[in-house]
Amino acid sequence: MTSDGGSGAAAIRVEGVSHRYLPARGKPVLALDHVSLEVREREFLALLGPSGCGKSTLLYLIGGFLPIGEGLIEVGGKRVSEPGPDRGIVFQHFALFPWKTVRENVTYGLAKQGLPRDEQTRRAQEFIDLVKLSGFEDAYPAQLSGGMKQRAALARTLAIDPAILLMDEPFGALDAQTRILMQEELLSIWQRRRKTVVFVTHDVQEAVYLAERVAVMSARPGRIKEIVDTRFSVSGPALFKSPEFVERVDHVWNLVRGEAIAAQGGAA
Amino acid sequence: MTATLWRYTPLLLIFVIWEAGTQTGIISKWALPTFSAVVAAWLSLMQGGELLYHAAASLMRGFAGLGLAIIVGTTLGVLMAWVKPVRLIFNPIVQLFYPMPKSALIPIMILWLGLGHASKIVLIFLGCMLPVTISAFNGARGVEPVLIWSARSLGATRGQVLREIILPAAMPEILAGIRTALALSFVLLVSSELVIAREGLGYLIGWLGDGGVYASMFAVVLTVAGLGFVADRLYLMLMKRSLAWRE
Repeated sequence: MTSDGGSGAAAIRVEGVSHRYLPARGKPVLALDHVSLEVREREFLALLGPSGCGKSTLLYLIGGFLPIGEGLIEVGGKRVSEPGPDRGIVFQHFALFPWKTVRENVTYGLAKQGLPRDEQTRRAQEFIDLVKLSGFEDAYPAQLSGGMKQRAALARTLAIDPAILLMDEPFGALDAQTRILMQEELLSIWQRRRKTVVFVTHDVQEAVYLAERVAVMSARPGRIKEIVDTRFSVSGPALFKSPEFVERVDHVWNLVRGEAIAAQGGAA
Repeated sequence: MTATLWRYTPLLLIFVIWEAGTQTGIISKWALPTFSAVVAAWLSLMQGGELLYHAAASLMRGFAGLGLAIIVGTTLGVLMAWVKPVRLIFNPIVQLFYPMPKSALIPIMILWLGLGHASKIVLIFLGCMLPVTISAFNGARGVEPVLIWSARSLGATRGQVLREIILPAAMPEILAGIRTALALSFVLLVSSELVIAREGLGYLIGWLGDGGVYASMFAVVLTVAGLGFVADRLYLMLMKRSLAWRE
C-alpha cells in the first residue's frame, strides 16, 4: 500500500519562514531564508542537507521549541506557538531523563495525559515491547547502549501517540549496524502505525531509503532546493540493489554534493 | 572495613604523637593537655549531660538554619536560572553578598534578634543560602535544552518542567552546593556561639576556655570536629544514593 501522493491535506505548512540566530560573539546569522514546505498527512518526509544548512533549526521551529521570527508554521491548521504533544520529537542524543528508569521515561508523557496509573503502566509496557526493550524496564539510561537508548526515546515519544513524529538525526549517533537495524524497525513501526514523519538527516541513502519524499536543502542560508519523490515499487532489503533506488540516490547525491562543497567553502 | 581502618591510621597516629609528646613534656602541658586527659574530660562531660545539652542546642540551630537555606536557596537558584525578572532582581544581590564573610553579620544578628536561637538560625540561613543558591543556579542553567523540549512535547507545562525536569537535572550540582553549605553551617554555628550565646557547643568552648578548664575545652573542640565529620560522611552517603542513576 502506497499513500496517494495527491491526496491528504497538509499536516504541516511552512510558509516563508526565516530564522536568524545570534552567535555568542558577532552579527546575527541567517540560518533559514524564506523556507516554504508542505508535509502531507501521514507521509514520511526527509529533510536532507549539509551540516549547518538549518535543517534541524527548521525541525525545532515546527516543534515550537524556537520562536518563529518571520513567516508562518501551521500544524493541523493551527499556528505553532509552543511545543505540544501533537508533535513528538526524537533527538540525536536521545534526551532521555537520566534520573528516570526506562519505564518512568515512557510513562512521563502518559501521566501528562491524565491516564490512570495502571493504564500508564500497561501502555508503557506495550511500547517498550514494541521497541524490543522488554527486560530493561527498570534500567537507567546510563546502563543502556546507544541503540537501546534511542529505542527507549522512541517508545517514550510513540507512547503518547502524537500525530506528527519529528526526528532529528535520530540514528546519527549509532554505529553502522545498529543504525541499519533501527532504520528497518522504524519503517516497520511506521507501516503499522502511520504517522506524519519529518526526519532530519545528512545521510543520502538513509533519506532515500526511509522517506517517501526527500526535501533537499541548500547550504546556509537554508532553502528548500528540490523535493525528490522517493517511493519505489520494490521494498525491503532488495530495494538497495534495485536500479531505480541506485539512480535516485545518485540524483539526490548530486544535489547535495554541490551544497556540501558550498558549505565547506563557507566554513573556510 | 579494614580498608576504612587503614584510611584513618594517620588520624590515630596524630593522637599517639599527641599523647606521647605531652606525656614526655616535649609539648608543654600548658599549651596542650594530654590526650588521655581530654578523653577523661569528654567522658565526664558526657556523664554530666552538659555536652549532650549543648550539642542538642547547636544541632537544632544548625539543622534549622541549613534546612531553611536549602529550601530557599534551591528555589531561588532555579527560579533565577529560568525566570528572567527573578534573575534581574536577585543576581546583583547574590553577587554582592557572596564574597562577604558571613561572620561579619554576627553582631548585627545579635543586635536585631537577641542572644537566643533566632540570631544563630538566621545567620546560618543567610550564610548557607548563597552557596546553595549559586549551585542551584549553575545547575539549572546547565540543563540541556533537549531535556526541556522533550518534556514540553510530552505535554508538560512550564511549571512542571521547572519541578520535574530542571530541578532533578540540576540535582548533582545542588547536592554539591549543599555539602559546602553543611561545612559552612558548622563554622557559622560555632563562631556565632563563641561570640555570644547562652548555650551551644561554641558557648561551651568559650566558657571552658575562659575558666581555664583546657582539657574539657579540647574535648568539646574534638566533639565539634567529630560531629562535622560524621555529618559530612552521612551526607555523602545520602548523596551517593540519590544520584545512583548516574552510574
